[in-house]
Amino acid sequence: MSEPSKSPDWLKPTPRGLYCEAGDFYVDPVYPVERAVITHGHSDHARAGHGAVLATPETLAIMRQRFGENAGGSHQPLAYGEAISLGGVDVKLVPAGHILGSAQAVLDYRGSRIVVSGDYKRRADLTCPPFEPQPCDVFITEATFGLPVFRHPPDTEEIDKLLHSLKLFPERAHLVGTYALGKCQRVITLLRRQGYEEPIYLHGALQACCKTYQDFGVELGALLPVLGTTKDELRGKIVLAPPSAATEPWARRLPDALVAQASGWMRVRQRARQRGVELPLVISDHADWDELLATIDEVKPGEIWITHGAEEALLRQAGLMGYRARALSLVGFEEED
Amino acid sequence: MKRFAPLLDALVFMPSRLGKLRLLREYFATTPDPDRGWALAALTGELSFSGVKSTQIRKLVQDRVDPQLFELSYDFVGDLAETVALIWPQKPGANYQPTLSDVVDGMASATRANAAALITGWLDALDATERWALLKLATGALRVGVSARLAKTALAEWSNVPIEQIEGIWHGLQPPYADLFAWLEGRAPQPERGNLPTFTPLMLAQPLEDEDIPKLDPAAYRAEWKWDGIRVQLVGRGGERRLYSRSGDDLGAAFPDLLAALHDDVVLDGELLVMRDGDIAPFNDLQQRLNRKTATPKLITDYPAWVRLYDILEEKGEDLRGLSFDERRGRLDRWYQAAPRPQMDLSPLLPFGSWDELSQMRDGARERSIEGLMLKRGDSTYVTGRPKGPWFKWKRDALTVDTVLMYAQRGHGKRSSFYSDYTFGVWRDQELVPVGKAYFGFTDEELRQLDKWIRDHTVDRFGPVRSVAPLLVLEVAFDSINRSTRHKSGLAMRFPRIHRIRWDKPAAEADQLPTLEKLVS
Repeated sequence: MSEPSKSPDWLKPTPRGLYCEAGDFYVDPVYPVERAVITHGHSDHARAGHGAVLATPETLAIMRQRFGENAGGSHQPLAYGEAISLGGVDVKLVPAGHILGSAQAVLDYRGSRIVVSGDYKRRADLTCPPFEPQPCDVFITEATFGLPVFRHPPDTEEIDKLLHSLKLFPERAHLVGTYALGKCQRVITLLRRQGYEEPIYLHGALQACCKTYQDFGVELGALLPVLGTTKDELRGKIVLAPPSAATEPWARRLPDALVAQASGWMRVRQRARQRGVELPLVISDHADWDELLATIDEVKPGEIWITHGAEEALLRQAGLMGYRARALSLVGFEEED
Repeated sequence: MKRFAPLLDALVFMPSRLGKLRLLREYFATTPDPDRGWALAALTGELSFSGVKSTQIRKLVQDRVDPQLFELSYDFVGDLAETVALIWPQKPGANYQPTLSDVVDGMASATRANAAALITGWLDALDATERWALLKLATGALRVGVSARLAKTALAEWSNVPIEQIEGIWHGLQPPYADLFAWLEGRAPQPERGNLPTFTPLMLAQPLEDEDIPKLDPAAYRAEWKWDGIRVQLVGRGGERRLYSRSGDDLGAAFPDLLAALHDDVVLDGELLVMRDGDIAPFNDLQQRLNRKTATPKLITDYPAWVRLYDILEEKGEDLRGLSFDERRGRLDRWYQAAPRPQMDLSPLLPFGSWDELSQMRDGARERSIEGLMLKRGDSTYVTGRPKGPWFKWKRDALTVDTVLMYAQRGHGKRSSFYSDYTFGVWRDQELVPVGKAYFGFTDEELRQLDKWIRDHTVDRFGPVRSVAPLLVLEVAFDSINRSTRHKSGLAMRFPRIHRIRWDKPAAEADQLPTLEKLVS
């Protein structure tokens, strides 16, 4: 490792994203580029239209499913733990625990190491291997939930809330808003783990991602499309849909939908109420405040760069913990959960 | 707090009345005494401890959390109790987790000096939702959208005991209501009312439909004005006095002047009004005195309270409800004449020969203080609830105005996929000014059509609200309209509802503001 006083300068924030000049590639660029390393398949990290794309086989499959012909000129799969050299920069992808295929990009160049962690979480997820901390000189972290009010409760408690509500309101369909990629499949696996064996009904926009997960061997149990069902069939059943669907005419096909949403933002009541959510479920694929802090302490980086989220509070906290930290203020990252 | 906190949490998010009732029923059925009793007291506003100030809570958290991180968090969350509940550092396995009873007992005996330490200890032992519930309870700001009436309705549904029976003894009960729950579960007889000044559930009227009129014999009915105040019950019993709303809420603290004016053992049914020099003041004036914990001398002088009497239910311990209306009315007259009755008068009976004659009287009455007519059978006994036949209310026709739809907001629950709350305006010169908001009066099919129209004519969005092109005329019905400083137009409607959707009418032909101003009562 290099001396702590010298900040590595071979990876730079640019308007297109993090750029590595030595290897001539970007990590998670927000505009189409010649060569991209992609940490995971969410659309604010994986965009369409790049030339050469390096990512895990799962992430590449997700990009192909989402973007079709626009998924990139050429795809180079790199399995977890394997290394490759790009212009003298060693690139390795290690699990980030965020969604299927999500990886941290571990970059080594001339004796110093930068880890672009992408999005990550630390609690168990049946759809992907757990985050592996990598010692490094620079740890680039997200801060989506970088405020000490965000402490996600245990997933089991949140799933219990949903199962309890099904018992209390057996005549209502329970419409759970989830993002199509990641959250949807996570919620399904959590339900299955807690013994829920009924078919789970899907909005059309979620079906393709579920198929991709199943192709990679993730067990999701019986899934049925909402399309073609009757109102009576859906009473007391769980229906998953994108969060926006609850306010769209689509939702009227459900019997008296009880609107739930699975998201880390649900921790703040006002946010949940603004979105018309009746049953907030605090289930997130991002590290909460305690996980962010624990990760920093485990990785013990020489320096912390903060990409997107509540940078200010995490900067403050990193300072209190005795770390050198800076906010990168990258553009193009959406508030998602 | 293990059960109480999730209950509050679920109630906060549940928009529908039926959903709230189900949550409450389940809670009462599955929570042991005395916790469920204390929860009932908290929900019905019957808990009495002085509570802590939010500034004290703020101080507590600043001892535990970096001030800068706290400020950033508070900025994001917006609500102090919630910020503190979420940010409070966990102390796993720290302490004995207090029950709701522990918290209520502790708060009741806490002094100003030790309340903060007590709360700190509890915060350490509870999880985030429980901390939030604790802070809501301790600062006296539950606000979970449950009225006392709703809580009692849940008790009635859960136990299959009519709500009138619960209301009839409610004000003789004390938290945590062990005797009430024992009775509702069939383990004990109904708690004795004794000589306490409890509420007697009211007799209510059915609306009179046009097709009912020919079936009714005019000679059998008595008519009186339906005054535009709020229905109340004034109770004197065993030297105690109370003023109750129609749902049995105790209004006495806001009307000490009325209580002081009553000296007899008597139960009276009447209309609460603000009266100045013999004239009934606008309903707005009455609202200045409602929903207050106390009344200042200035408020009492500026908004003089008055009760216009309709009926007498009890006199010197004698229950008069079994007598006919005519007999009761005679007793009321005699009681009223027997001594000076300050701040009260009798609602006069209106002689009439035929329904046509009465109908003309009703249409002729345009004073703001009159909502319409009440019809009561002369031989009707006083029966709790809303029986069909003995009493009718015959409201005068609503006022209507043609407005233009300006904004639409998404509804909640069943209506969350519909734009169902409408803000409408009228023209002031070339500009539209909002004059009201309505979310009922239309059929499901019309709601579907309105929703589609709104989605097709949206010009701007703010969260759940859409601003629409000023093209659609809504005919809005309302009971009355008053001056108001709260609205840009300077007017506020009572009970506005969508009367008709005027798909045919050009927006430019909607009403002008001066037209509405002429309707101000």
